[in-house]
Amino acid sequence: MALSGYQTLTMPSNDTPIRVAIVDDEALARSVLREYLAARPDAEIVAECANGFEAVKVVAELRPDLLFLDVQMPKLDGFEVLDLVGRDVAVIFVTAYDQYALRAFEVHAVDYLLKPFSAERLAEALERARDRLRRGERIAAAEVAKAARPTDSHASRVLVRDGSRVHVLPVAKIAYVQAQDDYAAFYCEGKEYLKEQTLTDVESSLDPAKFVRIHRSYLLNLDWLSRVELDERENRIAILTDGRRLPVSRAGYTRLSELL
Amino acid sequence: MHPILTRPERLALYLGAWTLIGVLIAGVLSRQGLTFAEALVLVLPLFLAYSFVCLSAWYVCRAVPLRSSGPLRVLVASATSSAIAGGIWLALAYAWIAVFESMPDLAGMGARDRQQIPLLLSAAVLLFLLALAVTYLGLAFEEAREAEQRQYELEAHARNAELRALRAQLDPHFLYNCLNSIAALTTADAGGARRMCLLLGEFLRSTLHVGALARIPLGDELALADRFLAIEQVRFGDRLQVARHIDQSSLAARVPPLFLQPLVENAVTHGIAEALEGGTITVDVNRAGDRLAIAIENPCDPDALTPMRHGTGMTNVRQRLNTMFGNAASMSARAEAGRFRVDISLPFSSSDD
Repeated sequence: MALSGYQTLTMPSNDTPIRVAIVDDEALARSVLREYLAARPDAEIVAECANGFEAVKVVAELRPDLLFLDVQMPKLDGFEVLDLVGRDVAVIFVTAYDQYALRAFEVHAVDYLLKPFSAERLAEALERARDRLRRGERIAAAEVAKAARPTDSHASRVLVRDGSRVHVLPVAKIAYVQAQDDYAAFYCEGKEYLKEQTLTDVESSLDPAKFVRIHRSYLLNLDWLSRVELDERENRIAILTDGRRLPVSRAGYTRLSELL
Repeated sequence: MHPILTRPERLALYLGAWTLIGVLIAGVLSRQGLTFAEALVLVLPLFLAYSFVCLSAWYVCRAVPLRSSGPLRVLVASATSSAIAGGIWLALAYAWIAVFESMPDLAGMGARDRQQIPLLLSAAVLLFLLALAVTYLGLAFEEAREAEQRQYELEAHARNAELRALRAQLDPHFLYNCLNSIAALTTADAGGARRMCLLLGEFLRSTLHVGALARIPLGDELALADRFLAIEQVRFGDRLQVARHIDQSSLAARVPPLFLQPLVENAVTHGIAEALEGGTITVDVNRAGDRLAIAIENPCDPDALTPMRHGTGMTNVRQRLNTMFGNAASMSARAEAGRFRVDISLPFSSSDD
């Protein structure tokens, strides 16, 4: 399986224009940005995307330096796009109004533009983005995405990027998640999907009433658990509904017992 | 403080009435062996002084309110207080007559006056009872007026709360996006920018206007929804298509203002905005006799990040229908085959009663 690992970033100097992609589902919203950016010699538009999937594809294929990223979009919202490509590109968020998002932006010092915005405001954001690019700073994607959602809500799906493609895994269909070095492997409908994320991060984004850390390396969806057995060496083993067997640690068994 | 004593004009009116009573009583006495002048001299000062005693009826009525006291208590209080008032009157009368008797010229008159005491005493006690009755009546009126005022304030308060809720519901997201669309249009399509400003202005104006009314014709509500959809069509372009099937005979139906608006907004923000290719919102209104059937349908993506659900908008619509029509109106929502549909059934009524 192809993985998009950490990429070395091009650091634009003051002379080379920043390569920019505009991501917004509304044509009129894209046209304002296009108009403002056309007047700036220090920025070059390499792509316009009408949705998040296109944005992921463009980041993988055209490697822009900077995304102007709308927060509210169909299928994949701005935070999900950030989660998928945040390591590879700088981002300036664009939104009309979203109290949670704004708080997250303020807390994590993320650049953003509030619709409607002026050319001057755009210039300031562009200047800050250029500084960040020069310093190689990146947004802590998972933290911002988490802070931008209502505190009591849990992810209903997991997004995994595979090159320029995006897999959407509904949480209910994920049987378990396994830690594999720097990656988390999601087992969903007989397939394995790798995402660069720690198991602890995965655990904190999912509903704790459904997903239990049964082992240092395993996070189990309770709906997929059939029973717990002891093997010949007195180790506990979780048997899944599809017959798959996962190890259960002592602490994991305590956590499991509390929920069942 | 006593309501008559606090206002000089009321006190003047009150004393005027007592003067009239005094003159009438003097008139009666002038047929009982006294001259009218003698009767007037006896009665008028006495009863004007007594009028202040009768003011105490107000305190009695306040202490023993009709609403919360039993009839026996009211009776006992009235009897006791009028007996005391009669006693005071008697004391005043003897004192006044003693004044006459102390003057040699008027001594004879004093003796004749004494003969009138039983008659005058019963008049005084009756007048006190009358004062009690009038005061009870006045208090009852006042209470009714206050209750009416309270009811009115309550209704105004409820309406204000509803309006505030509606304004809060008018999504700021929608307004900012409109402004951004206008900003985009100004250079590329100035005419379009102006049209958008006009649409938005009309929409806001009519939202505020109908929000202040108790009920409006369905035709106005549909026109409002049309404006909203026209604005959103500028934003979403080809992604938003609208199909209307409106039974013209239904337009006069009286409905709560802005009851469709939250549903149409939902259809756009959760239906169209969540679909990559957009889709069609349908608004169907049919009338069958005295029943109206309204259906709003939009495309919906079961995997959407914010799936169609019974949000606050829906709850609000349900409550407003319930307030106006009670059990006569019903609302249901369901999602199937990629479409989300809200059905409303309500009675057709073209009058406000």
